Amino acid sequence: MTEHFDILVVGAGPAGIAAAVTAAATGERVGLVDDNPAAGGQIWRSGAAQSTAARTWLERLAASPVARFQGWRVVDSPSRCVLRAEGNRVCRDLGYEQLVLATGARERFLPFPGWTLPNVMGAGGLDAMVRGGLPIAGKRVVVAGTGPLLLAVAAHLAHRGARIVAICEQASLGRFLPFFASLLGEPVKVMQGIEYALSTFGSKIYTGCWPVAVSGQEKLETVTLRRGGRQWEERCDYLACGFHLVPNLELPALMGCRIDNGFVVVDDRQQSSIAGIFCAGEPTGIGGVEIALLEGEIAGLAAAGKLDAANKLALRRRRRFGFVRALTAVTELDPRLKQFVTDSTLVCRCEDVSFARIREHASWREAKLHTRCGMGPCQGRVCGAAAEFLLGWDAGSILSSVRPPIYPVLVSSLGDPDKLVYEGNSLAPAGGLTPKETE
Amino acid sequence: MPEPASLHLLVNDVPITVSRGTTVASAILIAGIPTRQSVSGEARGPLCGMGICFECRATIDGVRHQRSCQVLCAEEMEVRTS
Repeated sequence: MTEHFDILVVGAGPAGIAAAVTAAATGERVGLVDDNPAAGGQIWRSGAAQSTAARTWLERLAASPVARFQGWRVVDSPSRCVLRAEGNRVCRDLGYEQLVLATGARERFLPFPGWTLPNVMGAGGLDAMVRGGLPIAGKRVVVAGTGPLLLAVAAHLAHRGARIVAICEQASLGRFLPFFASLLGEPVKVMQGIEYALSTFGSKIYTGCWPVAVSGQEKLETVTLRRGGRQWEERCDYLACGFHLVPNLELPALMGCRIDNGFVVVDDRQQSSIAGIFCAGEPTGIGGVEIALLEGEIAGLAAAGKLDAANKLALRRRRRFGFVRALTAVTELDPRLKQFVTDSTLVCRCEDVSFARIREHASWREAKLHTRCGMGPCQGRVCGAAAEFLLGWDAGSILSSVRPPIYPVLVSSLGDPDKLVYEGNSLAPAGGLTPKETE
Repeated sequence: MPEPASLHLLVNDVPITVSRGTTVASAILIAGIPTRQSVSGEARGPLCGMGICFECRATIDGVRHQRSCQVLCAEEMEVRTS
């Protein structure tokens, strides 16, 4: 059974919601498929009350005729203009005329000794756990890495009663100030404002500072921080550590969209190199919510053939290029962050492959074949971005190894969805498994 | 009738009460146990919180390898970590 849509949108973060709602308003039949338990993406996770924009768009989505597949992840494109999604142990095929990819971004994680210990999480990762019900009041938290997410996470956790022991931003102050200057013209005031807000909660912001090791018996107990020549330990319950964002490019890569410099190439109407496939939000450049919403609207309009309206918004989108550039510059990683990986530090957490074993190889592909790095369940989503930074292997070569299915799936999802019956953990093909065609 | 605000589930046979809307990954953290053992025997816990790293996978109601950060707790749910 294939359900069919005029426009299918993948990803229900800001860009995907904007695309779906905008396209549906033109009268097109729209489907929206998303992996998470609720719409909103990572930025609007469990919180319509968080911002006016979140509330507005989530209400618009609820009131729209968009067909929603929430809790479904796209795993493959079994044939032209069809995506296969798996959810709750069944799979279904979704057909489309036009496709909008709004797959969002994930955090970049960098390995350092001890980073695999429980309670070392991403910055967004810990935030998601807290939004998902983890009590944080009274807990000692170190927030580290790079990017605007760190301050947002620290502020949210502090608001929930966490004791933010330190905020460590790897970018130097010299790099940070021009970024804020580009935004608001009053950099010192902005920094003072943030420092003031956080100092109320007793936390300290360090720039040019990062974690170099974590230790603990069963779980994280202390983190060693380094700033310039100074190194010291902080006792904490959680380390929330992420080095800005990397786009989720597995699906665009699978669909054959041109990817350049780590991002999907799109034209002014958000169309990728493949006619009828649009891309919006972080996969086209890390720019944050406002740009994602704008790109989503443009993609939704363009996919619905409303080109005049799309062009008007595209002019507004163009004015934001400067912001994306400034953000990219400020979050560029300090090469000294490479120094703290030791030979025995695990880079691939799925297959437990150490840095020593990976760096023997000349390329990502060779390392995969010889060590199994990137071949566990996360399929390189974590270690790929780390290897890109540590070894200088480019994102393009890492993505060139993307193969369907782009997430681990039940064997049954590789067959014909109409012919399968599910019993417990095992499969009972009613009409025999159809072997997956090889290309 | 309004739905009750708290839910009761078992994590490795230990009863846990969480508020509605709690993810299984957060419930496992509340229980204070690792989510899984890595292939070389290290204890692991959740990392990304958004369903991409697979560190939080656990057996939920008998179904193995579920990403617990993407699943909401339900009344009488049985969660098992490895």
